Amino acid sequence: MSALLKSFSTFLGSSIGKKLLVALTGAVLVLFLLGHMIGNLLIFAGPDAINEYGHFLQTMLHGGGVWIARIGLLVSVVVHIVLTIQLTRENRAARTERYGYNATLQASKSSRIMILSGLTILAFIIYHLLHFTVHAGNNYGTYQVILHGENVHDVYKMVIAGFSWLPASIFYIIAMLLLCSHLGHGVSSMFQTLGLATERTRPIYEKIGSAYAALILIGNCSIPIAIYVFHYGR
Amino acid sequence: MASNLNLKLKIWRQPSTNAKGTFQDIDANNIPETASFLEMLDIVNQRIMDGGGDPVAFDHDCREGICGTCSMVINGIPHGPRRGTTACQLHMRLFKSGDTIWIEPFRAKAFPVIKDLAVDRSAFDRIMVAGGFISVRTGSAQDANALPISKDDADSAMDAAECIGCGACVATCKNASAMLFVSAKAGQLNSLPQGQPEKHRRVLGMVQAMDKSGFGNCTNQYECEAACPKGISVRWIAKLNRDYALATVHESLLAPAKGKGGGAA
Repeated sequence: MSALLKSFSTFLGSSIGKKLLVALTGAVLVLFLLGHMIGNLLIFAGPDAINEYGHFLQTMLHGGGVWIARIGLLVSVVVHIVLTIQLTRENRAARTERYGYNATLQASKSSRIMILSGLTILAFIIYHLLHFTVHAGNNYGTYQVILHGENVHDVYKMVIAGFSWLPASIFYIIAMLLLCSHLGHGVSSMFQTLGLATERTRPIYEKIGSAYAALILIGNCSIPIAIYVFHYGR
Repeated sequence: MASNLNLKLKIWRQPSTNAKGTFQDIDANNIPETASFLEMLDIVNQRIMDGGGDPVAFDHDCREGICGTCSMVINGIPHGPRRGTTACQLHMRLFKSGDTIWIEPFRAKAFPVIKDLAVDRSAFDRIMVAGGFISVRTGSAQDANALPISKDDADSAMDAAECIGCGACVATCKNASAMLFVSAKAGQLNSLPQGQPEKHRRVLGMVQAMDKSGFGNCTNQYECEAACPKGISVRWIAKLNRDYALATVHESLLAPAKGKGGGAA
């Protein structure tokens, strides 16, 4: 057992070990984003569809399912952020004297602002949870509707109300743009770090990454834009 | 007819490792465009010495692009603007009269400046000692073709073996990471049958030596591949990541306990 712990601490202490964990937790979050977006898009299928979906999430496994997902996501987010901050600090320390003349050969803009886009997304996640999960500073939690003879949370009304306020819609869209940038580098980077990329496959992963980032951006932004600009549901 | 160039150089001058360095402006007039970049520095140094000054220290050896000794950053790019070319093979005809050229040392905490443009790259030696070799029986040569190696594997290993260990990958990396160098050196041996017996030990040892030397971490921006004078591919980095994961699993879960061998007592 102690030998196993020693191996794990060596792994966690190494640059590649930390990066592998960042890639794996990143993969969890990337897959979550897709599921979350598809769920959100149910708003365009009408109030009943999204309310039924919300009710299903809340009552899955007698209410335990949502907590399993929350704990899994929390662990992934914490590991992802703690390790990337540690890696970034090591990277800064590795070059104390800057170049007098700076040149960039092929590093993408997205790859150069990963820590900035990542930390802004963290701020967004906190705001997003306070806004739609904790209902801090609003009364969205009291919205109820009758669905199949049962009193359930009115998710539809909450989302419409949430995005009818311009500053919230703008912040969501800005956060999604930064998320798109983060995914633009992160998704293909994941394959490289996990050792799955070769000269033949890297261009494919890069295209998949860009397409995925664009899909998440368009899918998620369509909701505040439809509600605020096109008065969907208002 | 070859013409001459008049250049403005901004050269990093640093008397010793812990001294503070600054850029010195030097006018390099009448430089033949047929000179190599290092020959241009030789001319500049001769003029400095003729005036009783301290010449610019820089590393150089073979001057034919194969030894990996020259190590300077020219206008922000290690070995200068021409792809797949070491500084010694860079020619002044690539520049125009009136150009300002910034010349700096490789900058990384793991590569301390010795003087001016010369840096200490012994961190690379420590990485090689930690596993960049194979242990073989010496003595008479073994039979030809006793060890079958596919042509594809041999070619692939040769791609990694092209690394001349100059350190341009570290110099150009936004994080001063040595992953391209380490992955090429480990990868060439890990691709061949002769490298298999020590593969896991090699990967763990070289990565540990790399981390201990204070290099940064790879962020998959692939600046290294673009700056490498030998065009080493970042696919070697992916292979090292994969081999590191396998070596960790082997060491922690699969390898037999140490010292338990020996057979019958």
